[in-house]
Amino acid sequence: MAGGTSTRSRRGDGEKYSVLLPTYNERENLPLIVWLLVKYFGESGYDYEIIVIDDGSPDGTLEIAEQLQKIYGEDKILLRPRAKKLGLGTAYIHGIKHATGNFIFIMDADLSHHPKFIPEFIEKQKKGNYDLVSGTRYQGNGGVYGWDLRRKLISRGANFVTQVLLRPGASDLTGSFRLYKKKVLEGLIERCVSKGYVFQMEMIVRARQLNYSIGEVPISFVDRVYGESKLGGNEIVSFLKGLLTLFATT
Amino acid sequence: MTKLLEWVGVALALAAAWALVALDALDAGVPRALREVAWPLPLYLLVAFGCYSLATVGYRVATFNDCDDAAEELRAQIGEAREDLTRKGLKW
Ligand SMILES: Nc1nc2c(ncn2[C@@H]2O[C@H](COP(=O)(O)OP(=O)(O)OP(=O)(O)O)[C@@H](O)[C@H]2O)c(=O)[nH]1
Ligand SMILES: [Mg+2]
Repeated sequence: MAGGTSTRSRRGDGEKYSVLLPTYNERENLPLIVWLLVKYFGESGYDYEIIVIDDGSPDGTLEIAEQLQKIYGEDKILLRPRAKKLGLGTAYIHGIKHATGNFIFIMDADLSHHPKFIPEFIEKQKKGNYDLVSGTRYQGNGGVYGWDLRRKLISRGANFVTQVLLRPGASDLTGSFRLYKKKVLEGLIERCVSKGYVFQMEMIVRARQLNYSIGEVPISFVDRVYGESKLGGNEIVSFLKGLLTLFATT
Repeated sequence: MTKLLEWVGVALALAAAWALVALDALDAGVPRALREVAWPLPLYLLVAFGCYSLATVGYRVATFNDCDDAAEELRAQIGEAREDLTRKGLKW
């Protein structure tokens, strides 16, 4: 019994948070994001685990994840790799299956989502007993770093059109820094078929459709420092297609 | 009901209301003055909405927060994390 107490929350409220970190070529970023997660979870005292879902990254992300597991322990860092790149949606489904927490954080491993906001997500969730809490770049102190005028315009424009067409009841639809009740996420993710940016949007639109309650926390989004960022014409076209699909089907 | 159907429904209702007044579709004897006001109304509304959209998006782009502090903090923490992880034996 004595061994079991060490993994329990110092707060003793019985909640456990599983962080899903899908990675593809994040060798530079993974140690840093894990370090930050450990820091902020440690300071706030919530019980947690980090689940790394690596899709056979050629840059050796998995190898560095194994080192991190040795440093921080197998109860904190779980590795659930897959052999090849199968996409984000199925990476989440794969991760949830192995999650032991009753709450799930979804965030990117590329350091654009800062773990310092995690305590705020948790407090927000507790305050309103929300089914999901979504990070938002568009409200309060939220914002972005490293975006030029063109990217800001596309982002604001796309967001405006989406708000008008879908009235989703959340300000940031394409962001992917979110906290879910595990059951809610399990139910939602199976209904969602879109890819890329639209996937995150579909998740929140369907959440609203199913009458789940949504809380929001302003976040600062710092565009990736290491690795390539992409926002080309292809992304925009597939975003519009996805938007119209959701418009016609939800 | 899908969003698409909601939109179609609202559009049809508005179109019907417009036809009743501007075209006096039911021959209800809508006063001429009222018909003349109603006739270009859809266009006015469209233009107004377009202006509202442009102004809103423009304002939001202009007031999009630049999180310089957040980037600065992250940079510092990356340095700290690298040091600490190296000390803990991580081979980069
Ligand atoms: N397991 C897995 N992870 C992925 C896959 N594609 C992307 N990821 C990870 O998912 C997160 C988000 O992907 P990003 O490439 O940052 O996508 P984005 O944030 O939309 O775009 P940029 O940051 O602008 O490039 C990162 O942690 C990636 O490493 C995949 O196919 N499988
Ligand atoms: Mg990213």
